[in-house]
Amino acid sequence: MPGALHPAVVSRPTPPVEGARRRSAHWDKVVEGLVTVAGGAGLVLLVLMMIFVVREALPLFLDPTQREHASLAKLLLPQPWRVGHPEALLWNPTSQVPKVSLWPLAVGTLKVTFVALVVAAPLGIVAALFTSEFAAPRLRVWLKSGVELLAGIPSVVLGAFALMTLATVLQTAFGLDFRLNALVAGVAMSLAIVPVIYTLTDDALRAVPPTYREASLALGATRWETAVRVVLPAASPGVLGALVLGVGRAVGETMIVLMASGNAAVGSVNLAEPTRTLSATIAAEMGEAVSGSMHASLLFLLGALLFGFNLLLNLTAGAWVRARLHRREREPA
Amino acid sequence: MSGVTRQRVGRVFEALSGAAVALLLLALLAVLVDVLRDATALSWRFFLSAPGGSPAEGGIFPAIVGTAVLTLLMTVLVMPLGVAAAVYLQEYAPPRALPARLARAAVHHLAGVPSIVYGLFGLGFFVHAVGRALDGATGHQLKWGQPGLLWAAATLAVLTLPTVIVATEEALRSVPQELRAASLALGATRAQTLARVVLPAAGPGILTAAVLAVSRGAGEVAPVLLTGVASWLPDLPDSLSSQFMHLGFHAYVLATQSPDVDASRAALSGTVAALLVVTFLLNLLAIVLRGRLRRTAEGL
Repeated sequence: MPGALHPAVVSRPTPPVEGARRRSAHWDKVVEGLVTVAGGAGLVLLVLMMIFVVREALPLFLDPTQREHASLAKLLLPQPWRVGHPEALLWNPTSQVPKVSLWPLAVGTLKVTFVALVVAAPLGIVAALFTSEFAAPRLRVWLKSGVELLAGIPSVVLGAFALMTLATVLQTAFGLDFRLNALVAGVAMSLAIVPVIYTLTDDALRAVPPTYREASLALGATRWETAVRVVLPAASPGVLGALVLGVGRAVGETMIVLMASGNAAVGSVNLAEPTRTLSATIAAEMGEAVSGSMHASLLFLLGALLFGFNLLLNLTAGAWVRARLHRREREPA
Repeated sequence: MSGVTRQRVGRVFEALSGAAVALLLLALLAVLVDVLRDATALSWRFFLSAPGGSPAEGGIFPAIVGTAVLTLLMTVLVMPLGVAAAVYLQEYAPPRALPARLARAAVHHLAGVPSIVYGLFGLGFFVHAVGRALDGATGHQLKWGQPGLLWAAATLAVLTLPTVIVATEEALRSVPQELRAASLALGATRAQTLARVVLPAAGPGILTAAVLAVSRGAGEVAPVLLTGVASWLPDLPDSLSSQFMHLGFHAYVLATQSPDVDASRAALSGTVAALLVVTFLLNLLAIVLRGRLRRTAEGL
């Protein structure tokens, strides 16, 4: 630790010219001050982000007209939007009677995230098992870099791929009615979150002490049995963290769903129907929302929800993983 | 099961897990080939001319320039802040004290914030709050209080800040403790040690951080969507408050808003190719650089 080293060393008097020494001591203070201020930048930006996203959503709760058109009941409960129709959960904030139910968007987000996780989780974890446990060291480096390259493809490119090609492939393979739907968006999204899940799972597996493997192999287990029944359970807190980060990424990812989901705010649970997520709604509608209008406030509310969800996800998962790791460290190995 | 059977079953499953890796690499290849295959129909003029009347006509020169200027500006904004923050966390902050733990947790959370929320933040903070205040102070009607180049770059700088901090921290950690001790023992102050010993030694790692930030920032479309991108703007940006064209956004427009999708496929491939040069290839470079640095660090 540099902090532990230096005071004893620096406080020893050094011979050079007195003025120069005072100047460098002065600079030392300036640099320390600047660097400390920069160190707080992350925290300051996080707080600013919270304040300024929430601030633009506040009129929904403070402005009387906005509060009437987008009351909590209208945001969350079924409403009689159309005369002669049963109460429904609809999103169409720019229609004559603004329809502002959050549920169709929440359901869409859940559907796409679900598909992405169902595809990416097994693939990412099993691939990590291979590179961590079975592949020769040289091969391992190459394969790991290859999978990490997937993370270097911008999501707009994955979106274009999904829109142009994947949609047609899936439609023909499964005989779907709609070309663009939650399934297409989810599968394309899985390509975006697989590198996250893979890399973090690989890290977690590599962190399991080799003695675990040696003990298992010495007792007669095969390499596969050792990997699945000893190494993977030992790495499970890290693997869970990987999945949580994958979910966080999927919930907030915008361009892929904007391009490949069909963008209809339908609150159905059918994966083969077009759908729309919270994130894609912000991207699709902010351009036409007048600054300061209820529509703009609603979109900032969606952003505040995404922000809050990710914060909560990080906090709870972080706490859970740390608790699990501590317990394991206290148990006799 | 007998031992031999278990061995065989194990081998089969090992092979299957290898197939999972192969599938991922194949998916990578499939995406690249699919989005790039129509680019062969293009000439160099496509990359060097302005767009025509419809999205599929003309070239993408303004989008290339827009992306380059935006990314450069972002790098100029994020690198000093990110490197300084990493220096604080690695070199100055007492590791287990509250300020350092808070700062680290904040960086961790920032990394998890969805990119569209960065866009909203850029719009709410930089454009609406800072921009309008600046307009009020300078007497402009509407110059800074609307989406533009500077605000988009600032938004991307905030977005890439966690990337830069984490990568720079790794670079600083790989500088051997003995170098610092030697410098301090010779009478150098902490600041002198930092400027003349630690930062130069961490130089390649910090360069990697910048490369990672550029490769991440240049590919993000959702934040610039809200903070200053224009879908059709043949003129190059001439001020920090100009709107600009962007390769990623242009790809989005070509893919979703073109009246004749087949006609714009070549243009889309070309746009994606230009985008991948700054994102995918730089990411590849970062992976190679980092691998080399890690090997060197382990060798010491």
